[in-house]
Amino acid sequence: MAEGDVGWLGLLASLVLIAVTIGLSWWRGLGLERDVIVATARALVQLLIVGYVLTIVIDPDQPLALAFVWVGLMVPFAAWTVGQRAKEIPGAFGIALAALTPSTVITLLIVFALGVFPLEARTLVPVAGMMVGNAMKDTIVAGRRIIAELSEKRAEVEARLALGQTWKQASRPHVRSAVRTALISQIETTKGVGLVFLPGAMTGLILAGIDPVDAVLVQAALMFLILGAVAINVVVVGEALTRRLFTSDHRLLPLTRSA
Amino acid sequence: MVSAPPLFAFEDVSIETPTNRILDHVDLDITDGGRITCLQGPSGAGKSTLLRLCNRLAVPTSGSVRFRGEALDAIDPLTLRRRVGMVFQRPTLFPGSVRSNLAEARPDASDAEMIAVLVRARTPGDLLDRDGDALSGGEAQRVCLARTLLTDPEVLLLDEPTSALDPAATRGLEELGRSLADDGMPILWVTHDLAQSERLGDDQVVLVDGRVADRDELHRYLAGDREGPDGRG
Repeated sequence: MAEGDVGWLGLLASLVLIAVTIGLSWWRGLGLERDVIVATARALVQLLIVGYVLTIVIDPDQPLALAFVWVGLMVPFAAWTVGQRAKEIPGAFGIALAALTPSTVITLLIVFALGVFPLEARTLVPVAGMMVGNAMKDTIVAGRRIIAELSEKRAEVEARLALGQTWKQASRPHVRSAVRTALISQIETTKGVGLVFLPGAMTGLILAGIDPVDAVLVQAALMFLILGAVAINVVVVGEALTRRLFTSDHRLLPLTRSA
Repeated sequence: MVSAPPLFAFEDVSIETPTNRILDHVDLDITDGGRITCLQGPSGAGKSTLLRLCNRLAVPTSGSVRFRGEALDAIDPLTLRRRVGMVFQRPTLFPGSVRSNLAEARPDASDAEMIAVLVRARTPGDLLDRDGDALSGGEAQRVCLARTLLTDPEVLLLDEPTSALDPAATRGLEELGRSLADDGMPILWVTHDLAQSERLGDDQVVLVDGRVADRDELHRYLAGDREGPDGRG
């Protein structure tokens, strides 16, 4: 076993913390015991399956095309997840797909064309995974924020429409504010990295025995990529979702806010 | 001689939601000219919805609306909304100065044009650099009216414009409406205040439960069942 490897026994030991979580939920009457067990079981099963599949996908003897297929499946799956999680966002699947596709393609092109990472399956798959995962989360944040803004500020939006402004002009200040909010959380994460927390990739690399400075270089590059991907993503979401919230004759549709 | 078409003609207009009928087969002509037509009725009668049909912030589920003889759905909505100006129930100023608010209506308007429109709305011209938040309710509503006037509308739709104002500001806005009408501007004025409707209206239209009604029906309604269907207003 390599330095930093967890192993099956280590994994079992880590379940003690899950037992603590269940105990706390039961003690404080939170009613989350079943959810914790289901989440733990799902995470274990999903990660193990992914681990075994990835072993094949990132095997240097396998063609690189296999890794591209993996990434190609990852994007629609992420969009589907957005559609499932954010049902209050009309057309969430299509919007997420329209946003995640360019953000993934553009950032991957930049990363590999500029040689930030070598183009190999073992870099392509995790880098794409981190970008898509973060962009997916921020797609939901941006979508919900846009709906909340336009719903709260309906009077202002309609006052602008009543002046003869287009849906784009009438929604612009509110969509800008929503997109800004979604992007700021990623900027704050980027600002706080290292000082406030050690992000996942870097922690993993250090645990695996990589020199901390080398781990920092990888993490910094990843953070910048994620920020770029999220920026492309929320801008596309802002445009695509807002267009769906208005009729072709520039009326704001009734909006349902998330709980 | 062919008579001029009405300002707005509603022909068998209904608006329904999955749970509710907001307007129920409304047939109505609004007379053109420098007149104030008051749309009155209890809360939830469908008055605001009827007004929003006139600038296509709402569209009928069935029936049709004509503006000076033209079918509304044949007019580009952005052009229509500049021809048919609207002021809302609560003063809806955008964040920023009075100047930036007026620029939303016409970005190329000069200071002189902005001051002229403020004066027309009986508001001091030196308000231009004041922040919208610093204005009283009456001032804010008059700035909203000035903002609408800057689009040079042919008609004004006023949706209970005095409901958030004190009596003095209400009186000021009523006088302003009357002077604009006397200058030839047709005004549709929604109110739930019967006294205001009688004081102000050259013509009166009564709505009850989404239908055009007469005054007797309104009085019977007010004396008895005051519960209007949800979603009308």
